[in-house]
Amino acid sequence: MATAKKKARAKPQGTREATRAAVTVTPATLLDYYRQMLLIRRFEEKAGQMYGMGLIGGFCHLYIGQEAVVTGVQHALEPGDTVVTGYRCHAHMLAAGVDPKRIMAELAGRAAGSSKGKGGSMHMFALDAGFYGGHAIVGAQVPLGTGLGFAHRYRKSDRVSVTYFGDGAANQGQVFEALNMAALWTLPTVYVIENNQYAMGTAVSRASAVAELCRRGESFGIPGRQVDGMDVVAVGAAAAAAVEHCRKGRGPILLEMMTYRYRGHSMSDPAKYRSREEVSKVRQERDPIEQVRERLIEEGQTDDAALKAIDKDVKAVVAEAAEFAQDSPEPDAAELAVGILAGA
Amino acid sequence: MAEVTLVEAVNMALAKAMADDAEVLVFGEDVGLDGGVFRSTDGLLARFGAARVMDTPLAEGLIAGVAVGLAAQGFKPVAEIQFMGFIYPALDQIVSHASRMRNRTRGRLTCPMVMRAPFGGGIRAPEHHSESTEAMFAHIPGLRVVIPSSPSHAYGLLLASIRDPDPVIFLEPKRIYRAVREEVADDGRALPLDSCFTLREGGDVTLVTWGAMTMETLAAAETLADEGIGAEVIDVATLKPLDMDQILTSVQKTGRCVIVHEAALSGGWGAEIAARLAEEGLLSLLAPVQRVTGYDTVMPLLRLEQWYMPSEGRIVAAARRALEYA
Repeated sequence: MATAKKKARAKPQGTREATRAAVTVTPATLLDYYRQMLLIRRFEEKAGQMYGMGLIGGFCHLYIGQEAVVTGVQHALEPGDTVVTGYRCHAHMLAAGVDPKRIMAELAGRAAGSSKGKGGSMHMFALDAGFYGGHAIVGAQVPLGTGLGFAHRYRKSDRVSVTYFGDGAANQGQVFEALNMAALWTLPTVYVIENNQYAMGTAVSRASAVAELCRRGESFGIPGRQVDGMDVVAVGAAAAAAVEHCRKGRGPILLEMMTYRYRGHSMSDPAKYRSREEVSKVRQERDPIEQVRERLIEEGQTDDAALKAIDKDVKAVVAEAAEFAQDSPEPDAAELAVGILAGA
Repeated sequence: MAEVTLVEAVNMALAKAMADDAEVLVFGEDVGLDGGVFRSTDGLLARFGAARVMDTPLAEGLIAGVAVGLAAQGFKPVAEIQFMGFIYPALDQIVSHASRMRNRTRGRLTCPMVMRAPFGGGIRAPEHHSESTEAMFAHIPGLRVVIPSSPSHAYGLLLASIRDPDPVIFLEPKRIYRAVREEVADDGRALPLDSCFTLREGGDVTLVTWGAMTMETLAAAETLADEGIGAEVIDVATLKPLDMDQILTSVQKTGRCVIVHEAALSGGWGAEIAARLAEEGLLSLLAPVQRVTGYDTVMPLLRLEQWYMPSEGRIVAAARRALEYA
């Protein structure tokens, strides 16, 4: 165990400088990234507010800080590819292109929600867009994503399955079971570990014997890469390469996205297990949205006014979603009995 | 004597058990540094150290299996599963190992472990975060299933569970974790397992329940009392082994029984109690046994929860139905 810990940390491949040198990205893509990440952030901030007002109940896990991961990965996907993730799934719905109004209504448990107010924050689906759900049980979505990949291969399609999971989920037994089978049967599955450093309140180093989670596939022969998950350009490039790997029939691949969540695990987590300084340092130095904003302006791709216009537009979209959710009717009590078995 | 909430009583009992017995170990997800998502293990790490209060990797099957292994070496593991809905990966270990160790070894090995898990609805969360699947565990031979309904019961029953030589599934009604404060003496006195508790006496109808539903049931008894109907309220507390004697004695007196639980109707533990009443107390019954339960649906999200949860009104109505039989 000691030797494993002494091993040098695998360097994230996408340090900002390295990414800029190695990856060309069009101004249009950069602007898309910017808008998408901003939409996620503003949406999540609003969801947090609405939770505070009691309009959203139960548990609410915000994606703030991790925006670059889903934004960059989604950019590498094509129609027909499938995605599955855990409970922190609002952003995955937004990235899949679902109307923010329907997502916010779902969070508030309203009849107009994407699951008619029955799935809530942790169980959202957008099947038309290939999103096969947020799933609350930690790590349990990994075999599901593997099954989706199996279906793609069985049908001899070149579709790819993307399975997201967190650093906490990486220690669940069924993750290893899934990795083994995916390698054994050469399934087109991209495993994306969203390593936000904490499984609830437990830091990665306190829960994983080897902290480099990109190495989790080694014993199955699954290649793994560590990526700067705060740099959307690096994420996009790594995801594109991984998806290509799977599309060509080379079997599963694992990407460890080094990211960070700014908020607690859920809205009810005061996050006392880390310092305020730690959080503000990441916000100041690695914020995914600021990185893109700076790059756009430095490279003269856009100006402050254009970005402000995007900000304003995104704000309006989110405000409209919040209003829609609050104005939507509650589900009818009869909905309780619907959707248990076919025909009922 | 301190006035404490149910969750504080759990904490008190854990601390007492650890102080009294060096073989008691506490572990689970975020139970150490973070003090537990519901704060039930708050302060234990500081007091008893990281060797006895352990944050585990996020892996419920592992937590349960490790508890069985420790128990086989004479430790008294008290493992926490963060929500009852997360316990299913641990079912294999609980059903296939923990519950059968004594039987397989003809008593040469026992499994003195406790698996604690908050359970039940009423906190505006869906599915896994709110459901009540206690009957699944009560169905398994070789397990004790214990559910406290108040701070003093939480303290006494948890101590009894930790001292018990067999595996105990200890389910904590999280909706009432902080609902009431009660004086609880930290005197290490356990309450008896395998015994119901009569919370209120009455001669006209027996209301049988457990966990958080004792609140609604006691309120219903109060409403019935205003109408001149005497309701006896029995808190089952230990679902398995079931203290049927106390329930039968009460029904012999009242002739009528209403069983209340949050869990879905079909195959709920109310079904077992009703069957036993039919087998052993039929001649005492003056009316069909009534059940007030959740529905045979998935535990819904906040807006529908009010319709799902058994209410005081539904319990009162069921008691009145039972009383309609002359």
